[in-house]
Amino acid sequence: MTNTLTMTVNGASVTRDVPANTLLVHFLRDSLRLTGTHVGCDTTQCGACTVHLDGSAVKSCTTLAMTCEGSDVTTIEGLASGDTLHPMQEAFRANHGLQCGFCTPGFVMSAIKIVERLGSGFDDTALREELEGNICRCTGYHNIMKSIRAGAEAMTSKQKTSPDNGAE
Amino acid sequence: MIKFGIGQSLARVEDARLLRGLGRFTDDIAPPRSVQMYVLRSPHAHAEIGGIDFRAARAMPGVHTILTGEDAAADDLGGFPSMVPSTAPGGGPNFTPPFAIIAHGKARYAGQPVAIVVADTLEQAKDAAEAIIVDYEPLPAVASLADADAPGAPLVWNECPDNLDALATFGDKGVVDAAFEKAASTHSVEVRISRVSANPMESRTALGEWNEAEERYELTGGMQSPHMLRAQLAECVFKIPPNKIRVRAFDVGGGFGMKGVPHPEPALVLWAARKVRRPVRWTSERSEAFLSDCHSRDHTSRCELALDSGARILALRFFARANLGAYLSLAGLHCAQGNIGHLSGVYTTPAIYAEVRSYFTHTVPIGPYRGAGRPEAITVLERAIDAAAFDLRMDPAELRRRNLIGPDQMPYDTGFQFTYDSGNYPVSQTKAEEAAGWANFEERRLESLRRGKLRGIGMGHIVEIAAGMNDEMGAIDVEADGSVTISTGFHNHGQGQETTMRQLVSEFLGVPPDRIKYRDSDTDVQPFGFGSAGSRAAAVGGALFKAISEKIIEKGKVIAAIMLDTSAEEIDFVDGTFTARSTNRTATLAEVAALAHQPMGLPQGMEGGLSHKQMFRPKGPTFPNGCHICEVEIDPETGRSEILGYWVCEDVGRSINPMIVAGQMHGGVVQGLGQAMGEFIEYDEEGQLLTGSFMDYQMPRALDMPQITTISNNVPSPNNPLGIKGAGESGTVGAMPAGLNAVCNALQPLGIRHFDMPATPWRVWQAIQHAGGIEALHKAAHETA
Ligand code: FES
Ligand code: FES
Repeated sequence: MTNTLTMTVNGASVTRDVPANTLLVHFLRDSLRLTGTHVGCDTTQCGACTVHLDGSAVKSCTTLAMTCEGSDVTTIEGLASGDTLHPMQEAFRANHGLQCGFCTPGFVMSAIKIVERLGSGFDDTALREELEGNICRCTGYHNIMKSIRAGAEAMTSKQKTSPDNGAE
Repeated sequence: MIKFGIGQSLARVEDARLLRGLGRFTDDIAPPRSVQMYVLRSPHAHAEIGGIDFRAARAMPGVHTILTGEDAAADDLGGFPSMVPSTAPGGGPNFTPPFAIIAHGKARYAGQPVAIVVADTLEQAKDAAEAIIVDYEPLPAVASLADADAPGAPLVWNECPDNLDALATFGDKGVVDAAFEKAASTHSVEVRISRVSANPMESRTALGEWNEAEERYELTGGMQSPHMLRAQLAECVFKIPPNKIRVRAFDVGGGFGMKGVPHPEPALVLWAARKVRRPVRWTSERSEAFLSDCHSRDHTSRCELALDSGARILALRFFARANLGAYLSLAGLHCAQGNIGHLSGVYTTPAIYAEVRSYFTHTVPIGPYRGAGRPEAITVLERAIDAAAFDLRMDPAELRRRNLIGPDQMPYDTGFQFTYDSGNYPVSQTKAEEAAGWANFEERRLESLRRGKLRGIGMGHIVEIAAGMNDEMGAIDVEADGSVTISTGFHNHGQGQETTMRQLVSEFLGVPPDRIKYRDSDTDVQPFGFGSAGSRAAAVGGALFKAISEKIIEKGKVIAAIMLDTSAEEIDFVDGTFTARSTNRTATLAEVAALAHQPMGLPQGMEGGLSHKQMFRPKGPTFPNGCHICEVEIDPETGRSEILGYWVCEDVGRSINPMIVAGQMHGGVVQGLGQAMGEFIEYDEEGQLLTGSFMDYQMPRALDMPQITTISNNVPSPNNPLGIKGAGESGTVGAMPAGLNAVCNALQPLGIRHFDMPATPWRVWQAIQHAGGIEALHKAAHETA
């Protein structure tokens, strides 16, 4: 049984026929071939699959694609504008916030929404708590913390100077 | 040009694609006409397989083929061998059953492949697998190391009585026993190193293709060593020449040793691809990974120390039992006994005797995981030191200091297995102690005690072998415009080799980084290599690329001499430019490369081109070392430990990229702490896996882990021309004992001398209850107040 599904992904409207039980992550990876969103587990624990769905960070491995009809989805591929990385991506690069890079799309997507909710004034414990849903096996989190802090500074200072920058 | 050479903390080249979601992990690749493989796995730890009826399944929609162990036997497919020979208990070689790619007649661990289904979609393959009827006759299983040789324990292999595969002894027992006779004090501790799973975030994955035109197999997968896997697939599984298989890897989402070991599925996708004449994809789901990835550690031992009256170590005795799982993986025995030399630690220990018994059980085979035997041996040693300090009521840091090998003793022959290259252990310990505030710890302990909390501090002072596998092959291909492409048998799976290898070549040849292409490991590019494992790529790669660069420069000087009208001896090469000595006549590498590619302009008989490929072997292995300190606070009401701080003063020799080294240290430390504090794999008595998902298996998360302070005390290694030691594993090797010692130290006021990992709240709480609970703590607080 397939159904027709339409949503906006990274700013472009897409329509595909998909089986009703398709998960959003598989819709993105297999139907749209946007393979930057990863699958790291089968119990909604790791956050490698995190995307933005109508303004919130969600785990696309636990979201049915059909529930996203008409929604606005941003994936890791949709963050940079041309050659310019999103400030959060740039912060991960500058602070060695990634090693193998497999968890990274999920962390970057989560981090952006954390900063949008909390600004840059969060303390370490709050940030570590916020990252509860993302697992990284390589970095020991030390440089991820550093990266998100730097990304938060960059996002919030950019917002102050030009209001429509820094977010998607 | 901004210099892009050795010693700079440059941002990584590979990050640009990884951060945009443009990495190329194996599961991202979906060739046209590709189909999916699903592996039907044994639900029993031990069972006779009577027959497999897949007629109904075979007829289901989308199914291309179903293959079983019987088909594999008919096609004469073999299994993977062990690379470590050992001794059977009665002498002679140990029994070495190859790691089967699919069960035939008998299943020996829960999760062992029993059949594969290849279908258009994964859902179709799974549906069909449900329709397969396997006639299992379940048999009693032995699922734990403790029960492996219990009287009447079921045998994993009839050829192997008591399930005891190997009994290896090291050192002179007579000498050690005599030292124990004369000791002023002896101290013994029993330590269990829990079983864990490497769990790289990208689980194992493989894409198999049959290239009809070239009549050969092509494998793409998440792996650490394409060449080693190819050698084994060719020689042991398919029994064909290695050039009939191409193996390559692109982006790999972590490996940690586990992905260095051949597993069944890469063989299965190739086998299936040839059968169905289509590309076959397989990616492990996480619950499948828990069942089928080689697990690690799983080791119990008793360690005894003999000390003189000045608390100096006279001798050490070590008796260990190691779990191998149901088969010998490539490196299973290596983990059990191959790194036993680490019992020497950073101390002068005149005599060591070790006995290691390795057992089969009905569990997935044991493979390497960050350290592969190093953290096992070192953790036991470092626990023994702390236990001795407990017995003697001595500061464990002081006990260590009295026994440290001095910098003036380097290079130091431990008299056991290793000769350490260089290092200044006492300075590392002093720096770590200062950073951690070791001297004032008792004040902090009291302050916590006043709040009803147990505070502990632990040290792990460690040294580990790196670059033990010395040989590697590499190539620098120089184009006619002087740009270069570099390749090796290493494979990057997060360590930043795309950046560090460029830094090396940029330093040696003066080529700017944007003119250097780094090639992913591909057995078609070069025929040999050992891969990335054992903290080797920086040390071996540094020496290798230096040697290759020197060959290129040597030839370049001959060509430059022609251009500059002098002799090769009169040419200097600095920063990418050849200069005729004492003149201003120069030729760039690009100009020399251009002439090198016009053989008409070269003297008769001279070979054109500047590219060079070779194997290289540096002088010896290296010994990264460091002093780790961890501080924890335990809430006795809940048993929960909070890690308050972590400090490490490390010696990685010369570092190519200090930022990347620090990153390796952070990641390694957290993997060590993860095991000490929470991770463990558990099977029930029937061999059913109890910890099969991230819901049951406690991966370290951001909230559980501390900020990590890294301090350097680097002493270059004399064993390779750049002085690099390596950084991949030492974080884990140090953090396991430091974390565990901190927990034990926190529990010490309750009279607890030793506590086994993992320090989960439940286990810690239980230990506190056994020791008298909160009342005992209040009493202790009263006494110390
Ligand atoms: S893949 Fe979605 S949480 Fe792990
Ligand atoms: S960078 Fe490898 S899992 Fe996070």
